[in-house]
Amino acid sequence: MPVSVKHSQLIYDALKACGVTLVSALPETWLVHLIRMADDDPEMTLVRLAKEEEGVGISAGAHLAGAKSAMLMQNHGFLASVNGIVSLARLYRIPLLMLISYRGEFGERDPWQTEGGGTTEPLLQALDIPYDRLDDPGHVAHRIRKAQTLAESSLKPVALLLCRDLMWEE
Amino acid sequence: MLRIEALRAVYPQLERCVVVTIMGAVSAELQSIGHRPGFFYLQHAMGLASSMGLGIALTRPELPVVVLDGDGSVLMNLGGLTTMARYRPGNLLHVVFDNESLLSVGGFPTATSTGSDIAGMAAAAGIPRTAEVRTIDQFTAAFDEALGAGVLTTLVAKVEAKGPPVFLTDLPMLENRFQFQRHLRSVRPSTG
Repeated sequence: MPVSVKHSQLIYDALKACGVTLVSALPETWLVHLIRMADDDPEMTLVRLAKEEEGVGISAGAHLAGAKSAMLMQNHGFLASVNGIVSLARLYRIPLLMLISYRGEFGERDPWQTEGGGTTEPLLQALDIPYDRLDDPGHVAHRIRKAQTLAESSLKPVALLLCRDLMWEE
Repeated sequence: MLRIEALRAVYPQLERCVVVTIMGAVSAELQSIGHRPGFFYLQHAMGLASSMGLGIALTRPELPVVVLDGDGSVLMNLGGLTTMARYRPGNLLHVVFDNESLLSVGGFPTATSTGSDIAGMAAAAGIPRTAEVRTIDQFTAAFDEALGAGVLTTLVAKVEAKGPPVFLTDLPMLENRFQFQRHLRSVRPSTG
Protein backbone atom coordinates (compact mmCIF):
# COMPACT_ATOMS: atom_id res chain seq x y z
CA MET A 1 0.00 0.00 0.00
CA PRO A 2 1.73 3.19 -1.13
CA VAL A 3 0.57 5.35 1.74
CA SER A 4 3.72 7.05 3.03
CA VAL A 5 4.89 5.57 6.32
CA LYS A 6 7.62 8.18 6.58
CA HIS A 7 5.29 11.13 6.21
CA SER A 8 2.67 9.56 8.45
CA GLN A 9 5.37 9.29 11.12
CA LEU A 10 6.26 12.94 10.58
CA ILE A 11 2.62 13.92 11.17
CA TYR A 12 2.32 11.66 14.18
CA ASP A 13 5.52 12.98 15.76
CA ALA A 14 4.29 16.54 15.25
CA LEU A 15 1.04 15.75 17.05
CA LYS A 16 2.99 14.26 19.94
CA ALA A 17 5.26 17.30 20.05
CA CYS A 18 2.15 19.48 20.48
CA GLY A 19 1.15 17.49 23.55
CA VAL A 20 -1.74 15.64 21.89
CA THR A 21 -2.65 12.67 24.10
CA LEU A 22 -5.99 11.60 22.58
CA VAL A 23 -6.78 10.90 18.94
CA SER A 24 -10.18 10.02 17.56
CA ALA A 25 -10.26 8.33 14.21
CA LEU A 26 -12.33 6.67 11.59
CA PRO A 27 -10.18 4.63 9.25
CA GLU A 28 -9.60 5.47 5.63
CA THR A 29 -6.78 4.39 3.36
CA TRP A 30 -4.54 7.41 3.84
CA LEU A 31 -4.88 7.29 7.63
CA VAL A 32 -3.98 3.64 8.22
CA HIS A 33 -0.40 4.25 9.40
CA LEU A 34 -1.38 7.19 11.60
CA ILE A 35 -4.05 5.09 13.29
CA ARG A 36 -1.65 2.19 13.78
CA MET A 37 0.93 4.55 15.30
CA ALA A 38 -1.66 5.86 17.76
CA ASP A 39 -2.76 2.32 18.55
CA ASP A 40 0.82 1.16 19.20
CA ASP A 41 1.65 4.15 21.43
CA PRO A 42 0.98 3.48 25.13
CA GLU A 43 0.97 7.23 25.80
CA MET A 44 -1.86 7.85 23.30
CA THR A 45 -5.55 7.25 23.83
CA LEU A 46 -7.01 6.16 20.50
CA VAL A 47 -10.80 6.32 20.14
CA ARG A 48 -12.06 4.47 17.10
CA LEU A 49 -15.39 5.94 16.06
CA ALA A 50 -18.47 4.67 14.30
CA LYS A 51 -19.05 8.10 12.73
CA GLU A 52 -16.80 11.13 12.64
CA GLU A 53 -19.21 13.53 14.35
CA GLU A 54 -18.76 11.59 17.58
CA GLY A 55 -15.17 12.82 17.52
CA VAL A 56 -16.38 16.38 18.08
CA GLY A 57 -18.02 15.26 21.33
CA ILE A 58 -14.99 13.21 22.37
CA SER A 59 -12.65 16.13 21.72
CA ALA A 60 -14.95 18.54 23.56
CA GLY A 61 -15.01 16.25 26.58
CA ALA A 62 -11.24 15.77 26.43
CA HIS A 63 -10.64 19.51 26.20
CA LEU A 64 -12.88 20.38 29.14
CA ALA A 65 -11.24 17.57 31.11
CA GLY A 66 -7.76 18.89 30.36
CA ALA A 67 -6.40 16.85 27.44
CA LYS A 68 -5.22 17.98 24.03
CA SER A 69 -6.72 15.96 21.23
CA ALA A 70 -6.75 15.59 17.47
CA MET A 71 -9.26 14.17 15.01
CA LEU A 72 -8.28 11.97 12.07
CA MET A 73 -10.89 11.81 9.37
CA GLN A 74 -11.49 11.78 5.65
CA ASN A 75 -13.01 14.89 4.11
CA HIS A 76 -16.28 12.98 3.80
CA GLY A 77 -16.09 12.49 7.55
CA PHE A 78 -15.69 16.23 7.91
CA LEU A 79 -18.84 16.64 5.82
CA ALA A 80 -20.59 14.22 8.19
CA SER A 81 -19.46 16.22 11.26
CA VAL A 82 -20.80 19.64 10.37
CA ASN A 83 -23.61 19.87 12.92
CA GLY A 84 -21.30 18.87 15.76
CA ILE A 85 -18.71 21.40 14.62
CA VAL A 86 -21.32 24.18 14.52
CA SER A 87 -23.57 23.35 17.45
CA LEU A 88 -20.96 22.03 19.86
CA ALA A 89 -17.45 23.22 18.94
CA ARG A 90 -18.36 26.67 17.70
CA LEU A 91 -21.30 27.25 20.02
CA TYR A 92 -19.23 26.34 23.10
CA ARG A 93 -15.82 27.60 21.95
CA ILE A 94 -14.12 24.22 21.81
CA PRO A 95 -10.75 23.90 20.07
CA LEU A 96 -10.62 21.13 17.48
CA LEU A 97 -7.50 20.05 15.62
CA MET A 98 -8.91 18.30 12.57
CA LEU A 99 -6.57 16.38 10.28
CA ILE A 100 -8.59 15.75 7.17
CA SER A 101 -7.41 13.50 4.38
CA TYR A 102 -8.13 15.45 1.24
CA ARG A 103 -9.59 12.98 -1.18
CA GLY A 104 -10.95 13.97 -4.58
CA GLU A 105 -8.25 16.48 -5.49
CA PHE A 106 -6.21 16.47 -8.72
CA GLY A 107 -4.81 12.97 -9.15
CA GLU A 108 -7.78 11.18 -7.57
CA ARG A 109 -8.42 7.86 -9.30
CA ASP A 110 -11.43 6.67 -7.28
CA PRO A 111 -14.56 8.03 -8.95
CA TRP A 112 -16.52 7.84 -5.69
CA GLN A 113 -14.17 10.30 -3.98
CA THR A 114 -14.47 13.05 -6.55
CA GLU A 115 -17.49 15.00 -5.27
CA GLY A 116 -16.06 15.50 -1.80
CA GLY A 117 -12.89 17.10 -3.07
CA GLY A 118 -14.50 20.19 -4.55
CA THR A 119 -16.77 20.66 -1.54
CA THR A 120 -14.15 20.55 1.19
CA GLU A 121 -12.50 23.97 1.01
CA PRO A 122 -15.69 25.96 0.27
CA LEU A 123 -17.27 24.29 3.32
CA LEU A 124 -14.27 25.08 5.54
CA GLN A 125 -14.54 28.68 4.36
CA ALA A 126 -18.30 28.80 4.92
CA LEU A 127 -17.75 27.55 8.47
CA ASP A 128 -15.01 30.16 9.00
CA ILE A 129 -12.53 27.44 9.92
CA PRO A 130 -8.88 28.43 9.45
CA TYR A 131 -7.09 25.76 7.42
CA ASP A 132 -3.87 25.00 5.64
CA ARG A 133 -2.57 22.24 3.41
CA LEU A 134 -0.02 19.63 4.37
CA ASP A 135 1.51 18.75 1.02
CA ASP A 136 5.23 18.84 1.68
CA PRO A 137 7.22 17.12 4.44
CA GLY A 138 9.23 20.29 5.01
CA HIS A 139 6.33 22.21 6.56
CA VAL A 140 4.44 19.43 8.34
CA ALA A 141 5.77 19.89 11.88
CA HIS A 142 5.66 23.66 11.67
CA ARG A 143 2.09 23.88 10.34
CA ILE A 144 0.72 21.32 12.79
CA ARG A 145 2.28 23.22 15.69
CA LYS A 146 0.90 26.53 14.45
CA ALA A 147 -2.56 25.08 13.81
CA GLN A 148 -2.69 23.55 17.29
CA THR A 149 -1.57 26.84 18.83
CA LEU A 150 -4.33 28.75 17.06
CA ALA A 151 -6.99 26.20 18.01
CA GLU A 152 -6.03 26.52 21.68
CA SER A 153 -5.78 30.31 21.70
CA SER A 154 -8.93 30.97 19.67
CA LEU A 155 -10.91 28.09 21.22
CA LYS A 156 -12.14 27.22 17.75
CA PRO A 157 -11.83 24.44 15.20
CA VAL A 158 -8.87 24.49 12.81
CA ALA A 159 -8.16 22.09 9.96
CA LEU A 160 -5.15 20.68 8.18
CA LEU A 161 -5.71 19.05 4.82
CA LEU A 162 -3.60 15.93 4.35
CA CYS A 163 -2.86 16.12 0.63
CA ARG A 164 -2.04 13.48 -1.94
CA ASP A 165 1.51 14.74 -2.52
CA LEU A 166 2.30 14.13 1.15
CA MET A 167 0.30 10.99 1.90
CA TRP A 168 0.60 8.92 -1.25
CA GLU A 169 3.74 7.51 -2.85
CA GLU A 170 3.00 6.95 -6.54
CA MET B 1 -42.38 8.16 36.70
CA LEU B 2 -41.69 11.85 36.17
CA ARG B 3 -38.17 12.69 35.08
CA ILE B 4 -37.88 15.55 37.56
CA GLU B 5 -38.76 13.18 40.40
CA ALA B 6 -36.09 10.78 39.19
CA LEU B 7 -33.59 13.65 39.10
CA ARG B 8 -34.57 14.71 42.62
CA ALA B 9 -34.19 11.15 43.87
CA VAL B 10 -30.55 10.89 42.77
CA TYR B 11 -29.58 14.56 43.12
CA PRO B 12 -27.37 14.03 46.21
CA GLN B 13 -25.35 11.47 44.24
CA LEU B 14 -25.23 13.71 41.12
CA GLU B 15 -23.71 16.53 43.18
CA ARG B 16 -20.64 14.34 43.71
CA CYS B 17 -20.30 13.48 40.01
CA VAL B 18 -19.35 15.16 36.78
CA VAL B 19 -22.64 15.43 34.91
CA VAL B 20 -23.30 16.07 31.21
CA THR B 21 -26.92 16.54 30.17
CA ILE B 22 -28.74 16.96 26.91
CA MET B 23 -30.71 20.04 25.96
CA GLY B 24 -34.24 21.05 26.75
CA ALA B 25 -36.29 19.61 29.57
CA VAL B 26 -33.48 17.59 31.20
CA SER B 27 -31.24 20.62 31.41
CA ALA B 28 -33.98 22.92 32.68
CA GLU B 29 -35.22 20.45 35.27
CA LEU B 30 -31.78 19.71 36.69
CA GLN B 31 -31.07 23.45 36.91
CA SER B 32 -34.40 24.00 38.65
CA ILE B 33 -33.31 21.53 41.34
CA GLY B 34 -29.94 23.22 41.65
CA HIS B 35 -27.00 23.96 39.38
CA ARG B 36 -23.55 22.79 40.41
CA PRO B 37 -20.19 23.69 38.82
CA GLY B 38 -19.74 20.05 37.81
CA PHE B 39 -22.91 20.06 35.68
CA PHE B 40 -22.64 20.78 31.95
CA TYR B 41 -25.73 21.22 29.81
CA LEU B 42 -25.23 20.56 26.09
CA GLN B 43 -27.92 22.82 24.67
CA HIS B 44 -27.57 21.62 21.08
CA ALA B 45 -25.62 19.01 19.09
CA MET B 46 -28.17 16.30 19.77
CA GLY B 47 -26.55 12.92 20.23
CA LEU B 48 -23.16 14.15 21.36
CA ALA B 49 -23.71 14.36 25.14
CA SER B 50 -22.75 10.70 25.45
CA SER B 51 -19.67 11.27 23.29
CA MET B 52 -18.68 14.19 25.53
CA GLY B 53 -19.15 12.02 28.59
CA LEU B 54 -16.96 9.36 26.99
CA GLY B 55 -14.25 11.93 26.25
CA ILE B 56 -14.32 13.14 29.86
CA ALA B 57 -14.41 9.65 31.33
CA LEU B 58 -11.43 8.48 29.25
CA THR B 59 -9.44 11.60 30.07
CA ARG B 60 -10.19 11.58 33.80
CA PRO B 61 -10.70 7.93 34.80
CA GLU B 62 -10.67 8.84 38.50
CA LEU B 63 -13.85 10.95 38.21
CA PRO B 64 -17.37 9.48 38.23
CA VAL B 65 -19.11 10.78 35.09
CA VAL B 66 -22.87 10.66 34.58
CA VAL B 67 -24.51 11.43 31.22
CA LEU B 68 -28.20 12.32 31.36
CA ASP B 69 -29.36 11.45 27.86
CA GLY B 70 -32.74 11.11 26.16
CA ASP B 71 -34.34 8.77 23.66
CA GLY B 72 -34.35 11.32 20.84
CA SER B 73 -30.67 12.08 21.35
CA VAL B 74 -29.60 8.45 21.63
CA LEU B 75 -31.46 7.65 18.42
CA MET B 76 -29.41 10.35 16.67
CA ASN B 77 -26.12 8.72 17.68
CA LEU B 78 -26.72 4.98 17.89
CA GLY B 79 -23.19 4.38 16.66
CA GLY B 80 -21.98 6.17 19.76
CA LEU B 81 -23.29 3.25 21.83
CA THR B 82 -20.81 0.99 20.05
CA THR B 83 -17.97 3.45 20.71
CA MET B 84 -18.84 3.66 24.41
CA ALA B 85 -19.07 -0.13 24.54
CA ARG B 86 -15.72 -0.50 22.82
CA TYR B 87 -13.84 1.55 25.44
CA ARG B 88 -16.30 0.90 28.29
CA PRO B 89 -14.87 3.25 30.90
CA GLY B 90 -15.92 1.98 34.32
CA ASN B 91 -16.39 5.53 35.59
CA LEU B 92 -19.18 6.33 33.10
CA LEU B 93 -22.88 5.95 33.86
CA HIS B 94 -25.16 6.58 30.88
CA VAL B 95 -28.70 7.38 31.97
CA VAL B 96 -31.33 7.62 29.24
CA PHE B 97 -34.65 9.24 30.11
CA ASP B 98 -36.98 7.64 27.59
CA ASN B 99 -40.27 9.52 27.28
CA GLU B 100 -40.89 8.12 23.80
CA SER B 101 -41.09 11.61 22.38
CA LEU B 102 -39.20 14.66 21.21
CA LEU B 103 -40.78 16.64 24.04
CA SER B 104 -38.68 19.76 23.69
CA VAL B 105 -39.90 20.42 20.16
CA GLY B 106 -43.56 19.64 20.70
CA GLY B 107 -43.86 16.00 21.68
CA PHE B 108 -43.49 14.15 18.42
CA PRO B 109 -43.27 10.41 19.09
CA THR B 110 -39.86 8.77 18.66
CA ALA B 111 -39.26 5.21 17.53
CA THR B 112 -39.22 4.02 21.16
CA SER B 113 -42.99 4.67 21.07
CA THR B 114 -43.31 2.03 18.35
CA GLY B 115 -41.16 -0.61 19.98
CA SER B 116 -37.49 0.33 19.59
CA ASP B 117 -35.75 -0.73 22.77
CA ILE B 118 -32.80 1.43 23.84
CA ALA B 119 -31.64 -0.84 26.66
CA GLY B 120 -31.76 -3.74 24.23
CA MET B 121 -29.80 -1.83 21.60
CA ALA B 122 -27.24 -0.76 24.20
CA ALA B 123 -26.80 -4.38 25.31
CA ALA B 124 -26.51 -5.49 21.69
CA ALA B 125 -23.92 -2.75 21.10
CA GLY B 126 -21.83 -4.33 23.82
CA ILE B 127 -22.50 -2.06 26.80
CA PRO B 128 -21.62 -4.44 29.66
CA ARG B 129 -24.44 -3.45 32.05
CA THR B 130 -27.89 -2.33 30.93
CA ALA B 131 -31.22 -1.99 32.64
CA GLU B 132 -34.65 -0.52 32.03
CA VAL B 133 -36.69 0.79 34.96
CA ARG B 134 -40.19 2.22 35.34
CA THR B 135 -40.51 3.43 38.94
CA ILE B 136 -38.62 5.88 41.14
CA ASP B 137 -37.60 3.14 43.55
CA GLN B 138 -36.27 0.96 40.75
CA PHE B 139 -34.47 3.94 39.24
CA THR B 140 -32.81 5.01 42.49
CA ALA B 141 -31.69 1.48 43.26
CA ALA B 142 -30.37 0.89 39.74
CA PHE B 143 -28.62 4.27 39.70
CA ASP B 144 -26.83 3.63 43.01
CA GLU B 145 -25.92 0.12 41.97
CA ALA B 146 -24.50 1.35 38.65
CA LEU B 147 -22.45 4.10 40.34
CA GLY B 148 -20.98 1.55 42.70
CA ALA B 149 -20.41 -1.14 40.08
CA GLY B 150 -17.46 0.50 38.35
CA VAL B 151 -18.70 -0.94 35.06
CA LEU B 152 -20.07 1.07 32.14
CA THR B 153 -23.86 1.04 32.46
CA THR B 154 -26.69 2.28 30.27
CA LEU B 155 -29.72 2.78 32.51
CA VAL B 156 -32.95 3.49 30.64
CA ALA B 157 -35.63 5.17 32.74
CA LYS B 158 -39.07 5.12 31.17
CA VAL B 159 -40.61 8.49 32.08
CA GLU B 160 -43.75 10.43 31.30
CA ALA B 161 -43.62 12.91 28.43
CA LYS B 162 -43.92 15.90 30.74
CA GLY B 163 -41.50 18.75 31.25
CA PRO B 164 -41.21 22.36 32.32
CA PRO B 165 -43.09 25.07 30.41
CA VAL B 166 -39.87 26.85 29.40
CA PHE B 167 -36.35 25.58 28.77
CA LEU B 168 -34.39 28.82 28.90
CA THR B 169 -32.55 29.35 32.18
CA ASP B 170 -30.46 32.24 33.47
CA LEU B 171 -27.20 30.33 32.99
CA PRO B 172 -25.56 31.37 29.71
CA MET B 173 -23.96 28.53 27.77
CA LEU B 174 -20.44 29.91 27.82
CA GLU B 175 -20.55 30.70 31.54
CA ASN B 176 -21.56 27.07 32.09
CA ARG B 177 -18.78 25.84 29.78
CA PHE B 178 -15.94 27.79 31.42
CA GLN B 179 -17.17 27.15 34.95
CA PHE B 180 -17.37 23.43 34.18
CA GLN B 181 -13.85 23.38 32.73
CA ARG B 182 -12.49 25.26 35.74
CA HIS B 183 -14.27 22.83 38.04
CA LEU B 184 -12.72 19.82 36.28
CA ARG B 185 -9.32 21.46 36.56
CA SER B 186 -9.81 22.06 40.29
CA VAL B 187 -10.74 18.44 40.99
CA ARG B 188 -7.27 16.97 40.82
CA PRO B 189 -6.60 13.23 40.65
CA SER B 190 -4.99 13.29 44.09
CA THR B 191 -8.11 14.75 45.69
CA GLY B 192 -10.73 13.31 43.35
